[in-house]
Formats: sequence, structure tokens, C-alpha cells
Amino acid sequence: MNARAGTPRIWNRRAEGRVRRQARAAARLGPQLDGKLVDPAAIVALLEEVIEAGDRVCLEGNNQKQADFLARALTAVDRARIHDLHMVQSVLALPEHLDVFERGIATRLDFSFSGPQAARLAKMAGAGQIAIGAIHTYLELFGRYFIDLTPNVALVAAQAADRAGNLYTGPNTEDTPVIAEATAFASGLVVAQVNEIVDVLPRIDIPSDWVGFVVPSPQAHYIEPLFTRDPAKISEIQVLMAMMAIKGIYAPYAVDRLNHGIGFDTAAIELLLPTYAESLGLRGKICRHWALNPHPTLIPAIEAGFVESIHSFGSELGMEDYIRARPDVFFTGPDGSMRSNRAFCQTAGHYACDMFIGSTLQIDLAGNSSTATLGRIAGFGGAPNMGADARGRRHATPAWLAAGREGAHDPSAAPRGRKLVVQMVETFREHMAPAFVERLDAWDLGEAAGMALPPIMIYGDDVTHVLTEEGIANLLLCRDAGEREQAIRGVAGYTPVGLARDRRAVERLRERGVIRRAEDLAIDKRDATRDLLAARSIKDLVRASGGLYRPPERFRNW
Amino acid sequence: MEQLSFRFEGGKAIAATVPARVVGVVASGNLEVLIEPAPADPGCTIDINTAAKGFGTIWQAVMTDFHARHGLAGVRVSINDAGATPAIVTLRLDQAVEAFTNHAAGR
Repeated sequence: MNARAGTPRIWNRRAEGRVRRQARAAARLGPQLDGKLVDPAAIVALLEEVIEAGDRVCLEGNNQKQADFLARALTAVDRARIHDLHMVQSVLALPEHLDVFERGIATRLDFSFSGPQAARLAKMAGAGQIAIGAIHTYLELFGRYFIDLTPNVALVAAQAADRAGNLYTGPNTEDTPVIAEATAFASGLVVAQVNEIVDVLPRIDIPSDWVGFVVPSPQAHYIEPLFTRDPAKISEIQVLMAMMAIKGIYAPYAVDRLNHGIGFDTAAIELLLPTYAESLGLRGKICRHWALNPHPTLIPAIEAGFVESIHSFGSELGMEDYIRARPDVFFTGPDGSMRSNRAFCQTAGHYACDMFIGSTLQIDLAGNSSTATLGRIAGFGGAPNMGADARGRRHATPAWLAAGREGAHDPSAAPRGRKLVVQMVETFREHMAPAFVERLDAWDLGEAAGMALPPIMIYGDDVTHVLTEEGIANLLLCRDAGEREQAIRGVAGYTPVGLARDRRAVERLRERGVIRRAEDLAIDKRDATRDLLAARSIKDLVRASGGLYRPPERFRNW
Repeated sequence: MEQLSFRFEGGKAIAATVPARVVGVVASGNLEVLIEPAPADPGCTIDINTAAKGFGTIWQAVMTDFHARHGLAGVRVSINDAGATPAIVTLRLDQAVEAFTNHAAGR
């Protein structure tokens, strides 16, 4: 007797599971379920029927839009039934994202970024309330959605739905397509909260047959204006560093396709393009193509004709009308509003950009860079995918080839290009905390939380330049670890790391152009004033946009 | 408040007729630098009033580098600091000297 013939294998357990969950939901909700439309009063009941104990659940947390109604509902399910959930989500933004662990509904977590919840996450992980699988880069987590972290249920947010369940995400599409695809095509269930149900959508971002249930949220989903920087808060040091970046890096490498990290340092560069970069004759030669959220501080450069195209991870509050009026620059749908997509924009930033430049909190003597500080598990966000050499890249550009030539120390090796990865920091952060350290806090944090690796954001061997107010260290030109260490010390200012430099070695590096100071770049420090900024206030940005940019209330002081 | 004083000998003498210069403002995280001729002084005297206590070693290093960069004699520098970082101190000093000596050079 053949044992295998006696127990025929079942090949559609997941699909049967979906049918079982849908049937349970229909039975429990009765008239509170109309096709795919769920009565918001029944949302907790719905989640209790479609989620099963031990499920992998993606609760959509983005940089901007949040599935906040579904997050609150998940914290209210009966934990006698729903427990041991494994949460897989890119961003922990809301208190509810951790409340589900505190209430014993979820136990395991795989994620990317937890900025707003970093301190509480560290505390809960330390107390054993959360078992963290890994802290991922965005693309890495999205990749695992299709390999070993596929969600059983995804709880997502959209702007609107029609009665069939098609979704319109609006400008903040962000993670929704990748989450919905991974879930729907593995026989999982997608539950979407929407701000409104309409007869005809402006456009369809997620087709209805990927969507299991739609619930109108009593309140519009929360959106965080994460990328707005008020030019009024940009310091003269940041202006000086921006001048050094443009003259010492953007110009010589002809950086034409790039991503800017978030922060005032890079905002200063954006605001110097129409003034300082223009005066250097760089319009049309640098900064034409961007992988970038629609930063309000880029408006003057767009208006000045520096920028040809921008693809975005997500949108930014207040930029909607401006984007709609500049469809040649931004990716927009037939309805006129922007279509963002974090997965594609991360891919673009990794493979199609020649440079990433961004800030950090700590840099060690090898150039390793980390935003993890003691007591805070902040995660990475997009920086590691942007700030890593794309070793799978094969297309050549002048900037990529130039960096590759500088970094090649073995003449017999095959020629290849290299991404420019620039870490830009003032030597002291606020409260005189040094940005340069002998040992990253990440090591202690990793050990305290039992991580397999210290949470290093950008590895030193990917960093090509360190830029501070003291100068630019070109790590590509360093021939060994000793030179690299002195190059970093040589721009570390009056921090203990900087004061411990070998002065003669640093002078030799300066003679070779490995270290370049403002004066070596013929930058007159008297020009480093806020007058050089193309906009000095939020109101200036509104004016530059012709009134199309509508900043959120908190950024208005008029 | 903490008061610090530094003196450096030697360097190129600045004419007594060069007008004094003030750069910066006394605002949080910022500082005011006054640079003026002191014809009787063969070196450079720097007096500092700072709101932040306990950073004497860093001030010493910043001022030593300042003197190494510019090497001025017959000059008095007075600093009113409201908690500026070494970066902004260095920038203000360099701005003050550039304004001061470029006048001396007739720019």
C-alpha cells in the first residue's frame, strides 16, 4: 500500500484559509458587511474574524500616511483569541504600533524605522515584551515580504475607495502597492481603511481584486509632514558646509542624479542651488534628476530650472497643488495628483543615483555611521539602500566612473564605478555631543538588545566622503586604514577624536587633496551667510512657488 | 559665566589705524567677536566671556589654531559667547579677521 496515495497532499491551504476567514467575517458581521464594505462600528469584530493567532500581520505604517484607525482597532481585539502575532511593517510611527505588544496581542517584530517610537521600543525590547527579528532597510523588508515574511493579513490606508473595493491612495502611495501585492497574491487578506467611499475614483492605485475589505474611517488618516524644513532655522555653519558640498563634491564629480537625506544640512544645499551653484555656472550640469520626497526647500531650485525630474518615496503635506502644477517634474497620474512608491523610489535611489548625501549622529574612525544612540532603537529607513554602493550596477555615468577611478588602488583589477556616499555632519551636535566617536553607541545597543549585529546605518567601506565644517575627507583616496583614520580625525574638529589627530599626517593628507578645507576650495567664509539662501523662511518658499505651496499650520507664523 | 584669557606672542603687526570690527550677535548658540588694534601689544590678547562652563580645553585648542592660521600681532580680540559650538566660534573669528585685515590691505 502506498502511504502517499493514502494522504493526498493539499495544495491550497492558504486559499482555503482566506475563504474560511471571509466566511467567518460574513457570519459575524451580518448586515454590517455589504460586499467588501465594512461598517466602521464592526471593525474590531472584523479583525477578530480575519486574523488568526500566530499570523504575520502588516500594519501599514509609512513615513507619511498611517493606517491609524485600523491600528487602534487592532489594539482592541480579544487577546484570548488573537495573540502571538508577528508584526512585519516598515515604520513604527504611532503609539498603537507598540500598544499591540504591550497588550499581549503581538510578540514578534520585523521592521525598518521607528523614529518617533525609538525610546519606547528600546525599553520594551529590553524588558522582553518584543522579540525583534531584525532591523531592515526598506528594500530588504519589502524583499522579505515575498520570501519568508509574507503577511497573512495586511491592514493598509488609502485616500478613497469605490464600492467595488478599488483604492485611490492619493499622493502618499508609499508602501501600499508592495504590501498589497505580497499579501493578495499569497492568498492573504488586505483590509483597507479609507477616508471616503466615492462612486468614481480619480484613478485606481490598487485594483479591487487585491482587496478583501474596505472600511470608511470615521476620521481621515493621519499624515506626518516629515520632510518640511523651515529655512529660518538654517545656520551659517550649514550654509558654509553646503558651499563646500557644492564646490568640493557636486561640481568636480558633476553629480547629476542623486538623493538627499532629510535634515537642515541638505536643505541648505537645496537652497544654495539657485544662488551659489548658479554663480559657479552649474545649472544644467548638476542636480537634474532626483529620487526625493517633494522637499519644499527644493522649490526655488525647481523654479530656477535646475531640476528636470523627481521621483518620490511619498509625498509631503502642502505640496499637492505645487506638484499638480509641475507635471513635467513630478510623477503624476492622469488625475493630476502625484503617484509615489517607496519600493520603486528606493530602487531608483540605490541603482540609478550617483550620490547619496545625508546627516548622521555618530561616525567612528573607520567611517561607520549610525543614528542609534543609547536607549533608542531608531532603525534605518532609506539611508542604507541609498547610502550603499550598488554592486549590481552596470550603467556608467561620469560621476560614477570618477568615483570608481579614485577608489581603485589595484591597477590590475577590472575597472568599475562607484556610488558617492557622503556623510555630512557638524563636528558637535546640540549640547556639545560629539559626532565623531571612537566607538559607536550602536555596539552597546546591539549587545543590550541581543542583536546579531550592531545597528550600523552606513558601513564605513561604503562611505566615500565625510564633510564637516572643518573640511571634506575624501576616503576614496585613502590607501589604508591608517590614512582613513587620520582623514576622519582631520575633519573631526575639536571633538576628542579630532584633537587626537596626528597633525603631520593630516597635513600630508591635505597636501595630497585627501582633506580639503574651505580655503583649499577658494571659499571665502565671509560669503557664508544666510543671505546666500534662496529662501530664508517658509513664507519665501510659498512666494517662490507662486502661492501653490500651502504649508501646514504649524509652519505658518503669519 | 566663565572668563578665559589667552595670549599669543609674535605674528604680523596690524596698523593702529585699522578700524575695529564686530561680527556676530550675542544670541543662543551664537557669539559676538570684537577685533581691534592694540598698537602697544607685541602679540595678540583674547578675552572670552562665555555662558558655558568647563570647555577651557576646547577654547585653548580653538584659539591656538586661530593664532596658527592668522598670526596677528598688535591686536585685541574680545568674545561674548552664548554657547556657540567650536564651529561657529571658528567661523566668526575667521569672518572678523577677514573683514579686519582686508580693510588693512585696502580691499
